[in-house]
Amino acid sequence: MSTENLPGWKDLPAGGLILEPGNAENLETGEWRSSRPIHDKQKCINCLFCWVFCPDSSIIVEDGKVVGIDYKHCKGCGICARECPPKVKAITMVPEGE
Amino acid sequence: MAEKKALTGNEAVALAMKQIEPDVVAAYPITPQTDIVQYFSNYVADGKVKTEFVTVESEHSAMSATVGAAAGGARAMTATSSQGLALMWEVVYIAASSRLPIVMPVVNRALSGPINIHCDHGDTMGARDSGWIQLYSESVQEAYDNLIQAVRIAEHPDLQLPVMVCQDGFITSHGLENAEILDDETVKRFVGEYKPRFSLLNPAKPVTFGALDLQDYYFEHKRSQSEAMKNAGKVILQVAEEFKKLTGREYGYFEKYMLDDAEVAVVALNSTAGTAKMVVDELRQAGSKVGLLKPRVFRPFPAKELAETLRGLKVVAVMDRADSFNAYGGPLFNEIRSAMYDTPGPKILSYIYGLGGRDIGPADVTKVYDDLLEIKKTGRCDSILNYLGVRE
Repeated sequence: MSTENLPGWKDLPAGGLILEPGNAENLETGEWRSSRPIHDKQKCINCLFCWVFCPDSSIIVEDGKVVGIDYKHCKGCGICARECPPKVKAITMVPEGE
Repeated sequence: MAEKKALTGNEAVALAMKQIEPDVVAAYPITPQTDIVQYFSNYVADGKVKTEFVTVESEHSAMSATVGAAAGGARAMTATSSQGLALMWEVVYIAASSRLPIVMPVVNRALSGPINIHCDHGDTMGARDSGWIQLYSESVQEAYDNLIQAVRIAEHPDLQLPVMVCQDGFITSHGLENAEILDDETVKRFVGEYKPRFSLLNPAKPVTFGALDLQDYYFEHKRSQSEAMKNAGKVILQVAEEFKKLTGREYGYFEKYMLDDAEVAVVALNSTAGTAKMVVDELRQAGSKVGLLKPRVFRPFPAKELAETLRGLKVVAVMDRADSFNAYGGPLFNEIRSAMYDTPGPKILSYIYGLGGRDIGPADVTKVYDDLLEIKKTGRCDSILNYLGVRE
Protein backbone atom coordinates (compact mmCIF):
# COMPACT_ATOMS: atom_id res chain seq x y z
CA MET A 1 0.00 0.00 0.00
CA SER A 2 1.49 3.33 -1.01
CA THR A 3 1.00 5.94 1.67
CA GLU A 4 3.54 8.54 0.55
CA ASN A 5 1.02 11.06 -0.71
CA LEU A 6 -1.20 10.97 2.36
CA PRO A 7 -1.02 13.73 5.00
CA GLY A 8 1.70 13.49 7.68
CA TRP A 9 0.98 13.16 11.40
CA LYS A 10 1.13 16.91 12.04
CA ASP A 11 -1.70 17.52 9.57
CA LEU A 12 -4.19 15.06 11.05
CA PRO A 13 -6.77 15.73 13.76
CA ALA A 14 -5.50 14.33 17.07
CA GLY A 15 -6.98 11.12 18.40
CA GLY A 16 -7.87 9.63 15.01
CA LEU A 17 -10.98 11.81 14.90
CA ILE A 18 -12.84 12.32 11.63
CA LEU A 19 -14.14 15.85 11.29
CA GLU A 20 -15.82 15.49 7.91
CA PRO A 21 -19.21 13.84 8.23
CA GLY A 22 -20.04 11.11 5.72
CA ASN A 23 -16.57 10.98 4.21
CA ALA A 24 -16.72 7.18 3.97
CA GLU A 25 -18.29 7.91 0.57
CA ASN A 26 -14.88 9.10 -0.67
CA LEU A 27 -13.14 5.88 0.30
CA GLU A 28 -13.17 2.97 -2.13
CA THR A 29 -14.25 -0.04 -0.08
CA GLY A 30 -15.55 -2.17 -2.94
CA GLU A 31 -12.08 -3.42 -3.85
CA TRP A 32 -12.35 -6.70 -2.00
CA ARG A 33 -15.57 -7.82 -3.70
CA SER A 34 -15.29 -11.37 -5.07
CA SER A 35 -18.55 -11.32 -7.00
CA ARG A 36 -20.56 -8.49 -8.45
CA PRO A 37 -24.32 -7.92 -8.64
CA ILE A 38 -25.59 -7.25 -12.16
CA HIS A 39 -28.90 -5.41 -12.34
CA ASP A 40 -31.29 -5.99 -15.23
CA LYS A 41 -33.48 -2.91 -15.76
CA GLN A 42 -35.83 -4.83 -18.06
CA LYS A 43 -36.73 -7.38 -15.40
CA CYS A 44 -36.75 -4.98 -12.43
CA ILE A 45 -40.20 -4.12 -10.97
CA ASN A 46 -38.67 -1.46 -8.66
CA CYS A 47 -40.02 -3.02 -5.48
CA LEU A 48 -36.84 -1.62 -3.85
CA PHE A 49 -36.31 -4.67 -1.63
CA CYS A 50 -32.63 -4.60 -2.70
CA TRP A 51 -32.38 -0.96 -1.67
CA VAL A 52 -33.97 -1.70 1.71
CA PHE A 53 -31.75 -4.69 2.47
CA CYS A 54 -28.38 -3.55 1.07
CA PRO A 55 -26.19 -3.13 4.18
CA ASP A 56 -23.91 -0.66 2.41
CA SER A 57 -26.41 1.68 0.70
CA SER A 58 -24.99 0.61 -2.64
CA ILE A 59 -28.23 0.42 -4.62
CA ILE A 60 -28.61 3.69 -6.51
CA VAL A 61 -32.22 4.85 -6.71
CA GLU A 62 -33.55 7.87 -8.57
CA ASP A 63 -37.21 8.90 -8.65
CA GLY A 64 -38.23 5.64 -7.00
CA LYS A 65 -36.43 3.51 -9.56
CA VAL A 66 -33.27 1.40 -9.29
CA VAL A 67 -30.82 2.96 -11.74
CA GLY A 68 -27.63 1.12 -10.89
CA ILE A 69 -25.20 -0.20 -8.29
CA ASP A 70 -22.46 1.72 -6.52
CA TYR A 71 -19.49 -0.56 -7.20
CA LYS A 72 -17.15 1.76 -5.29
CA HIS A 73 -18.78 0.58 -2.07
CA CYS A 74 -20.57 -2.69 -2.91
CA LYS A 75 -18.82 -5.61 -1.14
CA GLY A 76 -20.59 -8.25 -3.21
CA CYS A 77 -22.43 -9.82 -0.29
CA GLY A 78 -25.29 -10.89 -2.58
CA ILE A 79 -28.12 -9.85 -0.26
CA CYS A 80 -29.69 -7.79 -3.05
CA ALA A 81 -29.79 -10.80 -5.39
CA ARG A 82 -31.24 -12.96 -2.65
CA GLU A 83 -33.94 -10.45 -1.68
CA CYS A 84 -34.96 -9.78 -5.28
CA PRO A 85 -38.33 -11.65 -5.60
CA PRO A 86 -37.83 -15.16 -7.13
CA LYS A 87 -40.31 -14.41 -9.90
CA VAL A 88 -38.34 -11.27 -10.85
CA LYS A 89 -34.66 -12.25 -10.55
CA ALA A 90 -33.48 -8.87 -11.78
CA ILE A 91 -30.14 -9.16 -9.93
CA THR A 92 -27.59 -11.90 -10.59
CA MET A 93 -24.19 -12.35 -8.94
CA VAL A 94 -21.27 -12.70 -11.35
CA PRO A 95 -17.78 -13.64 -10.13
CA GLU A 96 -15.31 -10.76 -10.45
CA GLY A 97 -12.87 -11.34 -13.27
CA GLU A 98 -15.48 -12.91 -15.52
CA MET B 1 -8.85 30.30 52.08
CA ALA B 2 -7.03 27.09 52.79
CA GLU B 3 -7.59 25.13 55.96
CA LYS B 4 -5.86 22.22 57.64
CA LYS B 5 -7.88 19.05 57.89
CA ALA B 6 -7.11 15.53 59.05
CA LEU B 7 -8.06 13.35 56.10
CA THR B 8 -7.29 9.97 54.63
CA GLY B 9 -5.91 9.88 51.09
CA ASN B 10 -9.23 8.63 49.79
CA GLU B 11 -11.18 11.34 51.62
CA ALA B 12 -8.84 14.01 50.26
CA VAL B 13 -9.17 12.71 46.70
CA ALA B 14 -12.97 12.51 46.97
CA LEU B 15 -12.98 16.04 48.36
CA ALA B 16 -10.84 17.25 45.45
CA MET B 17 -13.30 15.58 43.08
CA LYS B 18 -16.16 17.38 44.82
CA GLN B 19 -14.36 20.69 44.42
CA ILE B 20 -13.54 19.97 40.77
CA GLU B 21 -17.17 18.87 40.27
CA PRO B 22 -16.77 16.96 37.02
CA ASP B 23 -19.78 16.61 34.72
CA VAL B 24 -19.71 12.82 34.87
CA VAL B 25 -18.24 10.22 37.22
CA ALA B 26 -18.70 6.56 36.27
CA ALA B 27 -17.10 4.26 38.80
CA TYR B 28 -17.14 0.87 40.41
CA PRO B 29 -15.92 0.20 43.94
CA ILE B 30 -12.76 -1.83 44.50
CA THR B 31 -10.57 -2.10 47.57
CA PRO B 32 -8.71 0.11 48.50
CA GLN B 33 -10.24 2.74 46.19
CA THR B 34 -13.81 2.10 47.44
CA ASP B 35 -13.94 5.10 49.80
CA ILE B 36 -13.32 7.53 46.97
CA VAL B 37 -16.39 6.38 45.10
CA GLN B 38 -18.39 6.05 48.31
CA TYR B 39 -17.60 9.57 49.56
CA PHE B 40 -18.19 11.00 46.13
CA SER B 41 -21.54 9.25 45.71
CA ASN B 42 -22.55 10.79 49.06
CA TYR B 43 -21.75 14.25 47.68
CA VAL B 44 -23.96 13.44 44.70
CA ALA B 45 -26.79 12.03 46.83
CA ASP B 46 -26.66 15.04 49.18
CA GLY B 47 -26.86 17.46 46.27
CA LYS B 48 -23.40 18.91 47.02
CA VAL B 49 -22.38 18.44 43.36
CA LYS B 50 -24.36 18.39 40.12
CA THR B 51 -22.21 15.58 38.72
CA GLU B 52 -23.99 12.80 36.83
CA PHE B 53 -22.93 9.70 38.76
CA VAL B 54 -23.14 6.51 36.72
CA THR B 55 -23.21 3.25 38.64
CA VAL B 56 -21.80 0.59 36.37
CA GLU B 57 -21.46 -3.18 36.59
CA SER B 58 -17.70 -3.40 36.18
CA GLU B 59 -14.55 -1.37 35.66
CA HIS B 60 -14.62 -2.17 31.96
CA SER B 61 -17.95 -0.37 31.89
CA ALA B 62 -16.69 2.37 34.22
CA MET B 63 -13.91 3.29 31.80
CA SER B 64 -16.22 2.82 28.79
CA ALA B 65 -18.84 5.16 30.25
CA THR B 66 -16.12 7.66 31.15
CA VAL B 67 -14.74 7.51 27.61
CA GLY B 68 -18.26 7.97 26.21
CA ALA B 69 -18.90 10.94 28.49
CA ALA B 70 -15.55 12.52 27.58
CA ALA B 71 -16.22 12.03 23.86
CA GLY B 72 -19.55 13.72 24.50
CA GLY B 73 -17.64 16.76 25.73
CA ALA B 74 -18.00 16.17 29.46
CA ARG B 75 -15.31 16.58 32.08
CA ALA B 76 -15.30 12.95 33.15
CA MET B 77 -13.59 11.02 35.92
CA THR B 78 -13.44 7.57 37.41
CA ALA B 79 -11.22 5.88 40.01
CA THR B 80 -9.83 2.41 40.47
CA SER B 81 -7.25 -0.01 41.89
CA SER B 82 -5.49 -3.22 40.88
CA GLN B 83 -7.89 -5.71 39.24
CA GLY B 84 -10.19 -2.84 38.40
CA LEU B 85 -7.47 -1.20 36.34
CA ALA B 86 -6.68 -4.58 34.82
CA LEU B 87 -10.31 -5.04 33.80
CA MET B 88 -10.37 -1.54 32.28
CA TRP B 89 -7.36 -2.42 30.16
CA GLU B 90 -8.56 -2.19 26.58
CA VAL B 91 -10.58 0.94 27.24
CA VAL B 92 -7.67 2.58 29.09
CA TYR B 93 -5.72 2.53 25.81
CA ILE B 94 -8.73 3.86 23.91
CA ALA B 95 -9.05 6.82 26.31
CA ALA B 96 -5.44 7.81 25.60
CA SER B 97 -5.43 7.21 21.86
CA SER B 98 -8.72 9.09 21.44
CA ARG B 99 -7.05 11.95 23.32
CA LEU B 100 -9.72 12.20 26.01
CA PRO B 101 -8.57 14.23 29.03
CA ILE B 102 -9.94 11.89 31.69
CA VAL B 103 -8.55 12.12 35.22
CA MET B 104 -8.44 8.92 37.27
CA PRO B 105 -7.20 8.48 40.83
CA VAL B 106 -5.59 5.06 41.17
CA VAL B 107 -5.01 3.64 44.63
CA ASN B 108 -2.06 1.33 44.10
CA ARG B 109 -2.70 -2.30 44.97
CA ALA B 110 -1.04 -5.58 44.01
CA LEU B 111 -2.39 -7.50 41.06
CA SER B 112 -3.63 -11.06 41.32
CA GLY B 113 -2.42 -13.69 41.62
CA PRO B 114 -2.20 -14.72 44.28
CA ILE B 115 -5.09 -12.48 45.25
CA ASN B 116 -4.03 -9.64 47.52
CA ILE B 117 -5.60 -6.30 48.44
CA HIS B 118 -2.52 -4.44 49.70
CA CYS B 119 -0.14 -1.94 48.25
CA ASP B 120 2.29 -2.42 45.45
CA HIS B 121 2.70 -0.67 42.12
CA GLY B 122 2.14 -3.62 39.80
CA ASP B 123 -1.20 -2.17 38.65
CA THR B 124 -0.09 1.24 37.41
CA MET B 125 3.36 0.04 36.34
CA GLY B 126 1.54 -2.40 34.09
CA ALA B 127 -0.33 0.54 32.56
CA ARG B 128 2.82 2.56 32.02
CA ASP B 129 2.72 2.17 28.24
CA SER B 130 -1.00 2.82 27.87
CA GLY B 131 -0.47 6.45 26.91
CA TRP B 132 -1.67 7.95 30.19
CA ILE B 133 0.26 10.57 32.11
CA GLN B 134 1.15 9.16 35.53
CA LEU B 135 1.65 11.24 38.66
CA TYR B 136 2.72 9.57 41.92
CA SER B 137 1.93 10.91 45.39
CA GLU B 138 3.88 10.43 48.61
CA SER B 139 1.23 11.75 50.98
CA VAL B 140 -2.42 12.71 51.38
CA GLN B 141 -1.44 16.29 50.57
CA GLU B 142 0.26 15.27 47.35
CA ALA B 143 -2.63 13.04 46.29
CA TYR B 144 -4.97 16.01 46.75
CA ASP B 145 -2.67 18.51 45.04
CA ASN B 146 -1.85 16.18 42.15
CA LEU B 147 -5.50 15.50 41.44
CA ILE B 148 -6.32 19.19 41.13
CA GLN B 149 -3.31 19.79 38.89
CA ALA B 150 -4.15 16.69 36.82
CA VAL B 151 -7.32 18.30 35.50
CA ARG B 152 -5.39 21.24 34.08
CA ILE B 153 -2.66 18.99 32.68
CA ALA B 154 -5.10 16.60 30.99
CA GLU B 155 -7.20 19.34 29.43
CA HIS B 156 -4.32 21.45 28.12
CA PRO B 157 -4.93 22.00 24.39
CA ASP B 158 -1.47 20.67 23.47
CA LEU B 159 -2.02 17.43 25.38
CA GLN B 160 -5.60 16.21 25.67
CA LEU B 161 -4.26 13.18 27.46
CA PRO B 162 -5.70 11.22 30.36
CA VAL B 163 -3.94 11.31 33.73
CA MET B 164 -3.63 8.71 36.50
CA VAL B 165 -2.98 10.08 39.97
CA CYS B 166 -1.45 7.31 42.05
CA GLN B 167 -1.24 6.89 45.81
CA ASP B 168 -0.36 3.90 47.98
CA GLY B 169 -3.22 1.59 48.91
CA PHE B 170 -4.10 1.63 52.63
CA ILE B 171 -0.83 3.35 53.56
CA THR B 172 -1.92 6.68 52.07
CA SER B 173 -5.49 5.92 51.05
CA HIS B 174 -6.58 4.94 54.56
CA GLY B 175 -3.96 6.69 56.69
CA LEU B 176 -4.98 9.96 58.35
CA GLU B 177 -2.74 12.94 57.73
CA ASN B 178 -3.03 16.66 58.11
CA ALA B 179 -3.52 18.23 54.72
CA GLU B 180 -4.07 21.78 53.63
CA ILE B 181 -7.34 21.91 51.74
CA LEU B 182 -8.20 24.77 49.40
CA ASP B 183 -11.64 26.30 49.45
CA ASP B 184 -14.10 25.20 46.76
CA GLU B 185 -14.04 28.49 44.93
CA THR B 186 -10.24 28.52 44.60
CA VAL B 187 -10.20 25.00 43.17
CA LYS B 188 -13.04 25.82 40.75
CA ARG B 189 -11.17 28.90 39.57
CA PHE B 190 -7.90 26.97 39.19
CA VAL B 191 -9.37 24.14 37.11
CA GLY B 192 -11.59 26.54 35.17
CA GLU B 193 -14.46 25.70 32.90
CA TYR B 194 -13.86 22.78 30.56
CA LYS B 195 -14.16 23.65 26.91
CA PRO B 196 -13.89 20.39 24.95
CA ARG B 197 -12.31 20.45 21.50
CA PHE B 198 -15.06 18.26 20.13
CA SER B 199 -18.28 16.76 21.34
CA LEU B 200 -20.34 13.94 19.94
CA LEU B 201 -23.34 15.91 21.18
CA ASN B 202 -22.68 18.97 19.05
CA PRO B 203 -24.62 18.61 15.79
CA ALA B 204 -23.17 21.87 14.48
CA LYS B 205 -19.69 20.33 14.40
CA PRO B 206 -20.06 16.61 13.66
CA VAL B 207 -17.17 14.33 14.61
CA THR B 208 -16.40 10.61 14.51
CA PHE B 209 -14.49 8.99 17.39
CA GLY B 210 -13.02 5.52 17.18
CA ALA B 211 -13.00 4.94 13.43
CA LEU B 212 -11.12 2.01 11.90
CA ASP B 213 -7.52 3.04 11.33
CA LEU B 214 -5.35 0.74 9.22
CA GLN B 215 -1.90 0.66 7.66
CA ASP B 216 -2.43 4.03 6.01
CA TYR B 217 -3.12 6.20 9.11
CA TYR B 218 -2.69 4.32 12.41
CA PHE B 219 1.05 5.00 12.63
CA GLU B 220 0.55 8.76 12.08
CA HIS B 221 -2.05 8.88 14.84
CA LYS B 222 0.28 7.04 17.21
CA ARG B 223 3.10 9.40 16.31
CA SER B 224 0.93 12.38 17.15
CA GLN B 225 -0.01 10.73 20.47
CA SER B 226 3.68 10.35 21.19
CA GLU B 227 4.25 14.03 20.48
CA ALA B 228 1.51 14.98 22.95
CA MET B 229 3.32 12.98 25.63
CA LYS B 230 6.54 14.76 24.68
CA ASN B 231 4.77 18.09 25.21
CA ALA B 232 3.38 16.98 28.56
CA GLY B 233 6.56 17.63 30.56
CA LYS B 234 6.46 21.36 29.88
CA VAL B 235 2.75 21.60 30.67
CA ILE B 236 3.18 19.68 33.94
CA LEU B 237 5.80 22.23 35.03
CA GLN B 238 3.65 25.21 33.95
CA VAL B 239 0.67 23.91 35.91
CA ALA B 240 2.92 23.25 38.92
CA GLU B 241 4.20 26.82 38.74
CA GLU B 242 0.65 28.20 38.80
CA PHE B 243 -0.25 25.84 41.63
CA LYS B 244 2.74 27.06 43.61
CA LYS B 245 1.54 30.66 43.31
CA LEU B 246 -1.76 29.52 44.77
CA THR B 247 -0.52 27.30 47.58
CA GLY B 248 3.21 27.82 48.05
CA ARG B 249 3.67 24.09 47.51
CA GLU B 250 6.28 23.18 44.95
CA TYR B 251 5.98 20.37 42.43
CA GLY B 252 8.24 19.26 39.60
CA TYR B 253 9.19 16.08 37.79
CA PHE B 254 10.67 14.76 41.00
CA GLU B 255 11.64 15.83 44.49
CA LYS B 256 15.27 15.91 45.61
CA TYR B 257 15.93 15.29 49.27
CA MET B 258 19.45 15.98 50.53
CA LEU B 259 20.66 15.03 47.10
CA ASP B 260 22.90 17.88 45.99
CA ASP B 261 26.01 16.78 47.88
CA ALA B 262 25.03 13.11 48.28
CA GLU B 263 27.32 10.26 47.23
CA VAL B 264 24.76 7.49 47.37
CA ALA B 265 21.01 7.76 46.88
CA VAL B 266 17.78 5.86 46.78
CA VAL B 267 15.08 6.44 44.18
CA ALA B 268 11.60 5.55 45.44
CA LEU B 269 8.01 6.34 44.51
CA ASN B 270 5.05 7.25 46.72
CA SER B 271 4.91 6.65 50.49
CA THR B 272 8.24 4.79 50.70
CA ALA B 273 9.90 8.12 49.97
CA GLY B 274 8.57 9.36 53.32
CA THR B 275 10.21 6.48 55.15
CA ALA B 276 13.42 7.03 53.21
CA LYS B 277 13.53 10.73 54.17
CA MET B 278 13.52 9.74 57.83
CA VAL B 279 16.38 7.30 57.22
CA VAL B 280 18.30 9.94 55.27
CA ASP B 281 17.99 12.32 58.25
CA GLU B 282 19.33 9.65 60.60
CA LEU B 283 22.23 8.68 58.35
CA ARG B 284 23.10 12.32 57.69
CA GLN B 285 23.34 12.87 61.45
CA ALA B 286 25.78 9.96 61.55
CA GLY B 287 27.83 11.69 58.86
CA SER B 288 26.91 9.69 55.74
CA LYS B 289 26.33 11.63 52.55
CA VAL B 290 23.07 10.03 51.51
CA GLY B 291 20.10 11.39 49.59
CA LEU B 292 16.79 10.55 48.04
CA LEU B 293 15.11 11.16 44.72
CA LYS B 294 11.33 10.77 44.60
CA PRO B 295 9.87 10.76 41.09
CA ARG B 296 6.47 12.40 40.82
CA VAL B 297 6.08 12.17 37.06
CA PHE B 298 6.68 8.70 35.65
CA ARG B 299 4.85 9.31 32.36
CA PRO B 300 6.19 11.20 30.54
CA PHE B 301 9.53 9.91 31.79
CA PRO B 302 11.85 12.85 32.58
CA ALA B 303 14.95 11.00 31.36
CA LYS B 304 17.17 14.00 30.69
CA GLU B 305 16.45 15.72 33.99
CA LEU B 306 16.90 12.50 35.95
CA ALA B 307 20.24 11.82 34.27
CA GLU B 308 21.47 15.34 35.03
CA THR B 309 20.42 15.00 38.65
CA LEU B 310 21.85 11.54 39.28
CA ARG B 311 25.08 11.81 37.30
CA GLY B 312 27.22 13.07 40.17
CA LEU B 313 26.35 10.19 42.49
CA LYS B 314 28.54 7.14 43.12
CA VAL B 315 25.91 4.46 43.78
CA VAL B 316 22.14 4.57 43.34
CA ALA B 317 19.46 2.08 44.35
CA VAL B 318 16.23 2.25 42.40
CA MET B 319 13.46 0.77 44.51
CA ASP B 320 10.56 -0.79 42.66
CA ARG B 321 7.37 -1.87 44.39
CA ALA B 322 6.67 -4.01 41.32
CA ASP B 323 8.57 -6.71 39.49
CA SER B 324 8.97 -6.64 35.74
CA PHE B 325 9.61 -10.39 35.68
CA ASN B 326 12.28 -9.76 33.12
CA ALA B 327 14.85 -11.37 35.44
CA TYR B 328 16.80 -8.15 35.16
CA GLY B 329 15.26 -5.40 37.30
CA GLY B 330 12.14 -3.40 38.18
CA PRO B 331 10.38 -1.03 35.76
CA LEU B 332 11.62 2.21 37.32
CA PHE B 333 15.15 0.79 37.51
CA ASN B 334 15.16 -0.13 33.84
CA GLU B 335 14.14 3.30 32.67
CA ILE B 336 16.45 5.19 34.99
CA ARG B 337 19.38 2.99 34.06
CA SER B 338 18.60 3.49 30.37
CA ALA B 339 18.35 7.26 30.93
CA MET B 340 21.88 7.19 32.41
CA TYR B 341 23.45 5.30 29.49
CA ASP B 342 24.90 8.36 27.75
CA THR B 343 26.07 9.95 30.98
CA PRO B 344 29.14 8.92 32.93
CA GLY B 345 27.33 8.22 36.15
CA PRO B 346 26.77 6.05 39.17
CA LYS B 347 26.53 2.34 39.60
CA ILE B 348 22.79 1.60 39.60
CA LEU B 349 21.11 -1.26 41.43
CA SER B 350 17.58 -2.59 41.39
CA TYR B 351 15.73 -3.36 44.62
CA ILE B 352 12.34 -5.05 44.36
CA TYR B 353 10.47 -4.55 47.63
CA GLY B 354 7.11 -4.41 49.37
CA LEU B 355 5.14 -6.63 47.00
CA GLY B 356 1.59 -7.35 48.14
CA GLY B 357 1.86 -4.77 50.90
CA ARG B 358 4.91 -6.26 52.64
CA ASP B 359 5.93 -3.59 55.15
CA ILE B 360 8.87 -1.41 54.29
CA GLY B 361 10.25 0.10 57.45
CA PRO B 362 13.20 2.35 58.28
CA ALA B 363 15.37 -0.73 58.97
CA ASP B 364 14.76 -2.01 55.43
CA VAL B 365 15.66 1.29 53.83
CA THR B 366 18.69 1.60 56.12
CA LYS B 367 19.88 -1.76 54.82
CA VAL B 368 19.71 -0.43 51.26
CA TYR B 369 21.76 2.64 52.18
CA ASP B 370 24.25 0.39 54.04
CA ASP B 371 24.61 -1.73 50.89
CA LEU B 372 25.21 1.38 48.78
CA LEU B 373 27.78 2.83 51.17
CA GLU B 374 29.58 -0.52 51.25
CA ILE B 375 29.66 -0.69 47.43
CA LYS B 376 30.93 2.87 47.31
CA LYS B 377 33.71 1.95 49.76
CA THR B 378 34.78 -1.39 48.28
CA GLY B 379 33.76 -0.94 44.65
CA ARG B 380 32.41 -4.47 44.83
CA CYS B 381 28.83 -5.24 43.88
CA ASP B 382 27.59 -8.83 44.03
CA SER B 383 24.17 -8.39 42.56
CA ILE B 384 22.46 -5.72 40.45
CA LEU B 385 19.02 -7.21 41.07
CA ASN B 386 18.05 -7.49 44.73
CA TYR B 387 14.91 -8.51 46.59
CA LEU B 388 14.42 -6.55 49.78
CA GLY B 389 12.43 -7.95 52.69
CA VAL B 390 11.62 -11.37 51.24
CA ARG B 391 12.26 -14.57 53.23
CA GLU B 392 15.01 -16.73 51.77
